[in-house]
Amino acid sequence: MNNSSQPLPSFFSRISIAIGAFFRALSDAEYAARLTRIDDAPQPSAAPVAPPAPAPVPAPVPAPVTLRVATPDAALQLLSLFQREARLIDFTQENLSAYSDADIGAAARVVHEGCAKVLKEHFTIQPVRSEAEGSRVELPEGFDAAAVRLTGNVVGKAPFKGTLSHRGWRSAEVRLPKLAEAHDASILAPAEVEL
Amino acid sequence: MSDPRYAIGIDLGTTHSALSYVNLQASDGEKTQHGVLAIPQLTAPGTIEELPLLPSFLYLPHADEMAPGENNLPWQQSAEEQTGVAGEMARSRGATTPIRLVSSAKSWLSHPGVDRRSALLPNDAPEEVTRVSPLEASTRYLSHLRKAWDQAHPEAPFGEQAVTVTIPASFDPGARELTADAARAAGYTNLTLLEEPQAALYSWIQGSEGRWRKEVKPGDVILVVDVGGGTSDFSLIAVLERDGVLEPHRIAVGDHILLGGDNMDLALAHLVARKLAANGTQLDAWQMRALTYGCRTAKEKLLADATVATWPIVVPSRGSKLIGGSIRTELTREEVSTFILDGFFPQVEAAARPAVRTRAGLTQLGLPYAQDAGITRHLAAFLARQVGATAELEGYAGKQSAEATFLHPTAVLFNGGVFKSDLLAQRILGTLNDWLYLEGAEPARMLGGADLDLAVARGAAYYSYVRRGSGVRIRGGTARSYYVAIESAMPAIPGMEPPIQALCVAPFGMEEGSEIELPNQEFGLVVGEPVQFRFFGSSVRRQDQIGDLLDFWGPDELIEMNEIQANLSPEGRQAGDVVQVRLHAMATESGTLELAAVANDGQRWKVEFDVRTA
Repeated sequence: MNNSSQPLPSFFSRISIAIGAFFRALSDAEYAARLTRIDDAPQPSAAPVAPPAPAPVPAPVPAPVTLRVATPDAALQLLSLFQREARLIDFTQENLSAYSDADIGAAARVVHEGCAKVLKEHFTIQPVRSEAEGSRVELPEGFDAAAVRLTGNVVGKAPFKGTLSHRGWRSAEVRLPKLAEAHDASILAPAEVEL
Repeated sequence: MSDPRYAIGIDLGTTHSALSYVNLQASDGEKTQHGVLAIPQLTAPGTIEELPLLPSFLYLPHADEMAPGENNLPWQQSAEEQTGVAGEMARSRGATTPIRLVSSAKSWLSHPGVDRRSALLPNDAPEEVTRVSPLEASTRYLSHLRKAWDQAHPEAPFGEQAVTVTIPASFDPGARELTADAARAAGYTNLTLLEEPQAALYSWIQGSEGRWRKEVKPGDVILVVDVGGGTSDFSLIAVLERDGVLEPHRIAVGDHILLGGDNMDLALAHLVARKLAANGTQLDAWQMRALTYGCRTAKEKLLADATVATWPIVVPSRGSKLIGGSIRTELTREEVSTFILDGFFPQVEAAARPAVRTRAGLTQLGLPYAQDAGITRHLAAFLARQVGATAELEGYAGKQSAEATFLHPTAVLFNGGVFKSDLLAQRILGTLNDWLYLEGAEPARMLGGADLDLAVARGAAYYSYVRRGSGVRIRGGTARSYYVAIESAMPAIPGMEPPIQALCVAPFGMEEGSEIELPNQEFGLVVGEPVQFRFFGSSVRRQDQIGDLLDFWGPDELIEMNEIQANLSPEGRQAGDVVQVRLHAMATESGTLELAAVANDGQRWKVEFDVRTA
């Protein structure tokens, strides 16, 4: 039913499109109206400059959550950086039982230094809470539950008073390298051949 | 052309380059809005990252070495530019394939013993590698920076901005001209050259936001010690007061010393490698590089923190067996202090001089590295040579006792990544103050708060800005006087070279934009036949005027440089005609020196500093 040159979405991406459309149709009347128009309109034989058309009607299931599919490229890129700077894949692929702690410690220095470098260069990492760990903190009503997790005797209502056991980390900025169009990100580290 | 919106400063370093800028429209007086451009560059095949520094390395990959499209940059590159990769990936790739790596192009550009326009780098490359000239390599870095700017600022094209490129103060006229040529070839139009130590002082002035007027006073002599990745450079800047306004004057520059921070790290790495070799572990080139990085970190930690006695260094394995294959070693505080402090910054007396070994009979085609690693010895020699630098300066009479054996600085400004270790700055300052104490002079103070890595680029941008009329400007003009050799009219003595006289063709301190003519001296030059002159420079003879003829001079007063050449192309004249010409010297607005032969009818020919050794 679609003659445009764009490839058809795969089954799994259709699920996510459908779920997205379902929620947006509920909250956005204009969007819902557009969806109706798509369904009513006769399919043109040659697709005009089609906006990335959302797939048909949402399945009327009470879908529990919207899941985002992370793109593998960024993850592969980060792995590749950790391997290049910190030899993280080499390190984790080895069997530790064969080595003494001194040998492992020496290698751990490479990994530690390199990982720290990657984190420093590509992320701006800040603590979520600036207070010292162990100090008393108060969480007002409407605090960001994603940024602060309550533990222990979780009863009553805000404001909550408690002890900061971990400051948390937040990435304020991500600066991943840009990749060439044809670059194969799945090669985490090329094989090396010395001539 | 429209007015520039930005003043751009470029630090074209031996090991790293950087681009800084001042937004002219948002700056006023000593309050400037400035920044450092993040430079997109390849860090691995197909991977582009934006880094504040562009490593000055050029890698010439084999045709099969990278998949198509893997060395594309975010801008258009000419077919020639695509043959090389500049920046971080060049440096890391080059460590494993050094035969394809061009490094230290800037040192080659100032190497008088080679033809700097001929394709000779990498100098140990096999036949099939297409080499590039030192000029071409510098052009590629400058072009990379220009394109990075144009990509980030499409609204303010690079060609329309005011651009300053820095050079070592010790660069001779030939090297200055080559740098300007490289910039022109890279498409730079509004170009000015600035000496790096001056740029460092400009950056310090800019960073102080006006407070510098309280930190220096009339009568100060500021010594700038700039130890970069590959070169060390000294300059002296006197602070004068004119009509109630402080006016810094650059009064002296040092000689070209090919010795820098990278030499120290490499030297340490060799020390550790020898220790490892004694235990039967041989390192390959790739491991040496990892070791050099490790040594740099260890050096910085050990020199910064007196409580640390040893610092571990791990050289990762080449293969995927990281744990079994890595080599662990360490550097001790004692090794670092004997090797770095006593090796490169020895506590010497003011009378110490760098050792000069006579070169072996055959000079090999390589860089003329400093033969004495003691930077303090080079400093002692520099200050002693410049003992009279302030003698004729307004307001300086009697400031320094007549018995002084070296010029007495009153303040020191440090520049270069090496001085991130405070201990090294303190060592130089301490040594200098010992010398001053022995001559009964006040100790020199340190001018603090410099940005050691980016000061030169920042200062260069600030200079582009002050050239447009706001803020303080360092005066000084040309840093040397120049001479050509004239055979004296004496009867030849068998077995002796005919004695020569030195004719001053450009005096000390020529201001930018000035031109002077050599009086009373005409040369008859033959059209179509190039004439060479022996050429000398002096960093101490301040009093010589153009046309002065010297019969004798002190052994260190005049330094012979490459021959210069006048070639009268036969435009409008018969080849073989003899033309009477006068020599003209010009200090150009862009910061280069030009000599010209001018005929009586006004026709001019440029005298080339950079004579091709065919």
